Amino acid sequence: MGPTRHIDEPVAYFDAATASPLHPAAREALIAALADGWADPGKLYGQARQARQLFDAARAVFADILAVRAEEVWFAPTGSEACRRAIAGLLRGRARVGRTVVHSAVEHSSVLKAIHDGVEVGVDRLGRVDLAAFAEAVGRDGVAAAALMSANHEVGTVQPLTEAAAACQAAGVPLLVDAAQSVGRVPVPEQWSVLTASAHKWGGPPGVGVLAVRTGVRFEDAADATGPSLPLLVAAAASLRAVEVDRDAQARRLSGLVTRIRETVAATVPDVEVVGDPVERLPHLVTFSCLYVDGEALLHALDRRGFAVSSGSSCTSDTLRPSHVLEAMGVLSHGNVRVSLHRDTTEEQVDRFLAELPGVVADLRAEAGVVGL
Amino acid sequence: MTETPEVLDCRGQRCPLPVIALARRIGEVSVGTTVRLLADDPAAAGDVAAWCRMRGQEFLGQAGPDALDVRRLT
Repeated sequence: MGPTRHIDEPVAYFDAATASPLHPAAREALIAALADGWADPGKLYGQARQARQLFDAARAVFADILAVRAEEVWFAPTGSEACRRAIAGLLRGRARVGRTVVHSAVEHSSVLKAIHDGVEVGVDRLGRVDLAAFAEAVGRDGVAAAALMSANHEVGTVQPLTEAAAACQAAGVPLLVDAAQSVGRVPVPEQWSVLTASAHKWGGPPGVGVLAVRTGVRFEDAADATGPSLPLLVAAAASLRAVEVDRDAQARRLSGLVTRIRETVAATVPDVEVVGDPVERLPHLVTFSCLYVDGEALLHALDRRGFAVSSGSSCTSDTLRPSHVLEAMGVLSHGNVRVSLHRDTTEEQVDRFLAELPGVVADLRAEAGVVGL
Repeated sequence: MTETPEVLDCRGQRCPLPVIALARRIGEVSVGTTVRLLADDPAAAGDVAAWCRMRGQEFLGQAGPDALDVRRLT
């Protein structure tokens, strides 16, 4: 066994794309809202009115940041539930037109699971959707909706939303943009019919999904749809407002660290494939695959050294299937590591990771007897 | 491509083991030889294609259920 983490050395948490650590503004707002926002906002007394005001203020924050009207912002108990409701609501609203949903091959599983009659559009080696095929597919008869994420959760590639949205508009097809990975990181996209987001990706509390539906979009929400608890919603709004204040500065800082990871890993780890678009990408996320290395063993080895990362390798998934994203891109899926950074990530953590990674990979390859293969 | 390919049975093995076995076998056969890899791990097809790209070998594609053909080029 290699050297393990010193006991008082904190873990470098590099899995912000799954869940970012709670922003201090979220914690403060949550505590305040638990004190002031516990009442049922639907009732007719003072405490209820106070809760209602908190809800309206939170909704107004989202409307402001997403650049929509307050009535266009809805909420769900999770980001995944927001995606599921987005697809279901569009299908109900457009039932007379058809039931087909055109989507990229790399959408989040919560979107894919909600689609039963789908037309999948492939991506290139960088994970970018085939625009010509997408435009052709949305122009067919019977298409109820289209779904294209703002940026991919596993490889960071940003999708050509402007062009895709233009194709949808020309065909009269509403477009769902799953913006879970990009809200709070980069500017909110402008061209969409329905947009979804998830608070714990930007440093809000877990348990808040956002669902924005533009006026005029044929959308029928589930009759039994529920939202998050009010204190969580208030905390989500407060954290997004705080995150937006220095969003661009954080994006520049983290993007510099990601560039360093991309370049250093490619230079210091033999037989590694750094995947995703090197330029048109999210600022905080990078993925690479190490040839001949078992992804699960790699995650455990990194965990022992105090690095929390994620993987798209089949051996690390519940289903033992490789990531559908890596598969669609045609890149190596074993030995895969996703590193996703957040506001608390330091340069020192990244450098320690880059210093230790080559040795970790070399040790695993030596154990497997694949050196020189 | 008319000759009978070398068969390498890696069914039941999880990735990256089939890819490792393929890399070893390709190093043993002469240039131009086709190796048929039998592998039922769902990651095998994609990983073998990616390995061929990284190593400059030719991925001939699926040769039946759980069968992948690779020709040694270098």
